Amino acid sequence: MGETDIQAEKPDLTAPGDDAPVDLDAEFQDSHIQEILDKLDRELVGLKPVKTRIREIAALLLIDRLRRKFELVSETPTLHMCFTGNPGTGKTTVAMRMGEILKRLGYVREGHLVTVTRDDLVGQYIGHTAPKTKEVIKKAMGGVLFIDEAYYLYKPENERDYGAESIEILLQVMENNRDDLVVILAGYKDKMDRFFQSNPGMRSRVAHHIDFPDYSPGELMDIGELMLEEQKYQFSKAGAEAFREYISLRVTLEHFANARSIRNALDRARLRQANRLFAKRGSPLKKADLMTIESEDIRASRVFVEGRLDAKLNEAPEQP
Amino acid sequence: MMTNHGNRLTQGQFSYLPDLSDEQITLQIKYALKNGWAVNIEYTDDPHPRNTYWEMFGNPMFDLKDPAGILMEIKECRKTFPNHYIRVTAFDSTHGWEAPRMSYIVNRPEKEPGFRLTREERGGRTQGYTIQSYASDRPEGERY
Repeated sequence: MGETDIQAEKPDLTAPGDDAPVDLDAEFQDSHIQEILDKLDRELVGLKPVKTRIREIAALLLIDRLRRKFELVSETPTLHMCFTGNPGTGKTTVAMRMGEILKRLGYVREGHLVTVTRDDLVGQYIGHTAPKTKEVIKKAMGGVLFIDEAYYLYKPENERDYGAESIEILLQVMENNRDDLVVILAGYKDKMDRFFQSNPGMRSRVAHHIDFPDYSPGELMDIGELMLEEQKYQFSKAGAEAFREYISLRVTLEHFANARSIRNALDRARLRQANRLFAKRGSPLKKADLMTIESEDIRASRVFVEGRLDAKLNEAPEQP
Repeated sequence: MMTNHGNRLTQGQFSYLPDLSDEQITLQIKYALKNGWAVNIEYTDDPHPRNTYWEMFGNPMFDLKDPAGILMEIKECRKTFPNHYIRVTAFDSTHGWEAPRMSYIVNRPEKEPGFRLTREERGGRTQGYTIQSYASDRPEGERY
């Protein structure tokens, strides 16, 4: 290495002076965070509190990075999170994005998402739980571990339940391997609250509690249109009107699962559209016909006809 | 022993180099994971060169993305067997390979006495040779 090389490297090694200006903008541009935040705004409808919190976290990590340049050492912030909200409010989708965001910010190395439930963590016999939980944790390292319906981990009515062992290992890893993975717990609000009450250790290790609000009918309509657009479909004018009506009716019925119900409704509408096109075989079809969901595809739904769900009542409800 | 420079076992990769640091191990694991190989941790106190099957520590680790988890296991293994040989192997399951593609020692006992060369007189003045670890005189688990 030549003399000049050594000199060129030197400024990086020393911290800038106390009065050195900080280029927050440059750092911000560098991280491409805006792109992700924009994408989040574009693809996720509503979810105001969630987006605000993500923005805050992004800002914190960015500032942290700048501070490190001045050798202002602070502990790595804990980013373990808890997502609460009704089914279909976008918890998993946001968790998936979280991995990407944290990777861009340099908080996690890989940014992949490992989704698990109780079955993946808790074993069936003595000595089975620890290796099982550890295996999942190892898979999630460098990324995000998403525990769906985390409250099932703890079953207070059975004191010999192995869930407690799993929680213990999780707690240990959440504390010691903060740099290696981010744990996100998700579940319904009231059950999660009860879970945290009986596991105070868990509560104190989860820094961010984010509540996912239900969608308003207008937002659900936007979501529906977004979903159709992704699959290269569109509403006809009357179709859109019918779907708007459908949403207002569906919201009041039981087992309403926000965006998931919308997706199911659209899937059924596609089924009926295909059937309708098939029924009038012989007449010429255009590309637009293949793409368009008409109002009759939606109005055929049992929500309109009988004022109740498409699924038979004795069938299992839509799974959260 | 003549082939045991500085009384060090030389098996697998990097064995003529100074011991790998944890950062270096991490980088090697990263390389293995990048290639899609499953990384295992194995240990033994019988390092005879013909003893190819070492004891496995925990389960083989498939589908990992990041070396941190494996390093955690290595540390765990070192804690359990501080005076054993521990090696990390990377197994390639691709058809046609189906074999370890990497193998290197990540922990060794403090004192490695090496191997004894034993000569055996056979009929017709031929001579047989065999080697035996000095440490393996003692029973398993008490060797180093």
